[in-house]
Amino acid sequence: MSLSERLHPGLNLAGTDPEGHEAAEETLFGFWIFLMSDLVLFAVLFATYAAMSVQGIAEGPRPAEVFDLTAAFVETLLLLFSSFAFGLAMLEMKYRENRRGVLVWLLLTGLLGAAFVGMELHDYYVMITQHAAPPQASGFLSAYYLLTGTHALHVSSGLVWMVIMAVQVALIGFTTPVKLRLMRLALFWHMLDVVWIGIFTFVYLYGVAS
Amino acid sequence: MPPREIEDEGRERRSYVIGLVLALVLTTGAFAVVGLNLLSGGAALAGLGLLALIQAVVHLRYFLHIDLQRSHRDDLLLILFTVLILLIMVSGTIWILYDQHVRMMP
Amino acid sequence: MNWELIFGQIKWTSFVFAGMIENPSLSEAIASGAGSIAVLGALATVILLTVKGWWVPLWRDWLTSVDHKKVGIMYIAIALVMFARAVIEAALMRAQQLAATEGAGFLSADHFGQLFSTHGTIMIFFVAMPFITGLMNYVMPLQIGARDVSFPLLNAISLMLTMAGAILIMVSLVVGQFSTGGWSAYPPFTGIDFSPGEGVDYWIWAVSLGSIGSTLTGLNLAVTIYKKRCPGMSLFRMPLFTWTTLCTSILMIFAMAPLTAATVMLALDRYAGFHFFTNGDGGNMMNYANLFWLFGHPEVYILILPAFGVWSEVVATFSSKRIYGYTSLVYATMCIAVLSFAVWLHHFFTMGQSANVNAIFGIATMIIGVPTGVKVYDWLLTMVGGRIRFSTPMLYHINFLLTFILGGMTGVLLANPGVDFQVHNTLFLVAHFHNMIIPGVLFGMFAAVQFWFPKVFGFRLHEGLGRASFWCFAPGFLLAFFPLYWLGMMGATRRTYMWSNPDYVPWLALAMLGAGLILAGFALMVTQIVVSVRQRAQLAAPLGDPWDGRALEWSIPSPPPAWNFAVLPNVSSQDPFYEAKKAGIAYRSPAAYEDIEVPRNTATAPLIGLFACAWAFGLVWHIWWLAIASFVLIWVVVIARSFATDTEETIPAATVKAANEAFLAAARATPGVTRDREMTSDNKGRAHPEALEGRAGTIASGTAVEAL
Repeated sequence: MSLSERLHPGLNLAGTDPEGHEAAEETLFGFWIFLMSDLVLFAVLFATYAAMSVQGIAEGPRPAEVFDLTAAFVETLLLLFSSFAFGLAMLEMKYRENRRGVLVWLLLTGLLGAAFVGMELHDYYVMITQHAAPPQASGFLSAYYLLTGTHALHVSSGLVWMVIMAVQVALIGFTTPVKLRLMRLALFWHMLDVVWIGIFTFVYLYGVAS
Repeated sequence: MPPREIEDEGRERRSYVIGLVLALVLTTGAFAVVGLNLLSGGAALAGLGLLALIQAVVHLRYFLHIDLQRSHRDDLLLILFTVLILLIMVSGTIWILYDQHVRMMP
Repeated sequence: MNWELIFGQIKWTSFVFAGMIENPSLSEAIASGAGSIAVLGALATVILLTVKGWWVPLWRDWLTSVDHKKVGIMYIAIALVMFARAVIEAALMRAQQLAATEGAGFLSADHFGQLFSTHGTIMIFFVAMPFITGLMNYVMPLQIGARDVSFPLLNAISLMLTMAGAILIMVSLVVGQFSTGGWSAYPPFTGIDFSPGEGVDYWIWAVSLGSIGSTLTGLNLAVTIYKKRCPGMSLFRMPLFTWTTLCTSILMIFAMAPLTAATVMLALDRYAGFHFFTNGDGGNMMNYANLFWLFGHPEVYILILPAFGVWSEVVATFSSKRIYGYTSLVYATMCIAVLSFAVWLHHFFTMGQSANVNAIFGIATMIIGVPTGVKVYDWLLTMVGGRIRFSTPMLYHINFLLTFILGGMTGVLLANPGVDFQVHNTLFLVAHFHNMIIPGVLFGMFAAVQFWFPKVFGFRLHEGLGRASFWCFAPGFLLAFFPLYWLGMMGATRRTYMWSNPDYVPWLALAMLGAGLILAGFALMVTQIVVSVRQRAQLAAPLGDPWDGRALEWSIPSPPPAWNFAVLPNVSSQDPFYEAKKAGIAYRSPAAYEDIEVPRNTATAPLIGLFACAWAFGLVWHIWWLAIASFVLIWVVVIARSFATDTEETIPAATVKAANEAFLAAARATPGVTRDREMTSDNKGRAHPEALEGRAGTIASGTAVEAL
């Protein structure tokens, strides 16, 4: 097996840390499978939303009446840049094992992620107080809050995980387990960004366009 | 750092930058379609869906580094199998619920 | 003092015994009796553990263990305990239906509703699932030549989550009521308007815990098969049980998510007033059926595929023949796994979609019969020309072939939407799915217990009692369920606690007789285990190969050591151990031994299970402080564990060498037992390979090559 061979999808440690690279194969594959299972969960929520956003409006507001596309656009950018920052944190880890560098990029990732969650909570607040659109108002809104809420919950748990990883980077340093955890968190974070593409397209843009 | 690593890092950094630029273009495009009313009706929905699909592929390729290289084909098959399951579940659900919906009394 | 802050909605009257005191009746007495059995059972266990001083070994050697073998055994122990409860509930329902023609019987309608709900929920989630999971956990790593699964701690956590769910269901016997909504819990009946109270919440959280556990198990086992196969074990050299384990694991990964989504939505409807499945405000209860069966249909194959794997192993071993059509069996398994995601609508043909939708799913359903048919022919052809030994597992197999085909044919009938409309919601359907699950899954698991028990514990099970138990179970099943086909066609609806048609009585009486036979079979099975433990000296087969086995698990001692394989095997064909015996190279000493790293035991998994159980209990009874505290504690345990560094221990090469050489020496010194003596005390687990019979004298059983 050559050292530069890729052993799993995603950023590999090949070349810089042969031991970690081999240890990663099994762990990262396992995490990919978890992500796929999670993706199926989101798929089911999307399918439910697709049906209920048309059929489940009842007496409640329609999608176009409650969505704020400007906010959705800013949220999209926050999450995208956050994803990018995490990518740079991983390069810092892989090529330099530089604690300070990794922590700075992680901090930036976390701040952007927290801003995203904050904006989403603000969206909810506006919908509930100004549009009389709480989740109890209709099937459509139930599905909307569950889909976006599940995503926000994922992002929030990613943030908690990030804090723990920052502590471990600072206290333990770049041992193989810590590196593998950061790599898994990176996959998690990038995958949440992929799910968000679905949300801003099929929830927000479709909701306003149709 | 040995020169090979510098080269590798440059390549991987470029991957993230390309991903970011493409994603920015696609996202802005998608929001522009709706915000500026570039398309409407079915064409808008189809266009947005296509943009989302392309952007998802961009993220998978440049952020999640999925490629079709030989060495991890087994794992990749399982991941690709997910796509099949997603399609069956989502299209099936929408189809069934839509069919029931149109057959219901108004 | 606000008691509700502390105890949530639990009141004095929530306890099952309060019902008996306030409103005595036979129905309440039975409920109280069941509650008492649960309490007394728990109490007896505590006393037994204390008197025998078993608390420490239980904690140190079992609950904190991450060894896949012990995890597997604990899963099957859960399955057997829960089976005892659910099979008694089944007999009670039979008795009620027999007693309740033109009369009320002896159970209240509500009590009957709880019985069929717990019976279904337990049998699927806490009998069948733990049984197959335990078996896959135990056997699969041994078959692929691995020392453990990929993520041993995760494996223990899955077990503890399943156990937490099982405990929650047992608690519902004593505190509060269970759901009356059946195992599928369709809203709007299970919504808060029609089912206030804790019953449905018990169902939601018990099932959710089990479902999370299963997802993690699927992930774990799939990664193990992909990444931990020993050198030379290519995919198409894997034993068929491992193949079916792989396909089942993949189904678990994808199928559990829709169930989680459905239970979460139902919970949000009930706890927070959402409108996913409500009657008004844009709710759509038909989406629940859709989501539930998106999970529910693959679930059927999650259960049956490992049993198909067991049948493949059993029929090859007891026919002394290589399995017929290995490749076709593998592809049939894959076809079934993929198709199982495309047929879920046949569970609700009558829900009102157009005929075109029904037709497409009906056709898909019929197609799934084709790969299953391929498998049946392969098993039959394996027996052709083989030397068949009619041992207990083989009896179960032959019985399976006969009855499963009948069940399969009623399945093809039901796949036709026109027929389904006629018998929908009748006992015909009940007969059909019991006809698939009992001979297929349950008897498959019983056969597996008979087959692998000597591997797990080092002694065989008493064969006579095994056959006696079989001869109760097999006709008991036929008697209990074939009358239900007739009843269903006569129009008897399922889940009905009272009849007005006296024509049903003779058929119900036959079914009751069957239920009695099944209970007798179970009693004989328990007896068989007790007797076998007592006679373990005569039944001992420590050398590991009592049935002239074919795959790698038979090449190691029984019970296997903590490290499974002293040196990872290197295989070059299918049925590697059988081929090695045939070539006379089995039981050779390896050239060198190495130190082996194994994970240390840890309290992480049992703590997570404990807090998960408390979390679910808090949610059921709206005890918010408990729910929040337990949820936080679960994650505190996880995070604390991530800081632990000293998680592995080393077994020195010398220890491994001493144990393995002693085993090999004993195996070489013991004369191989021929197949006609395999049920006698001569059988110490060293087989004289059937393949060598008729070539007497070519290799004396004692000789072996000393070193490589």
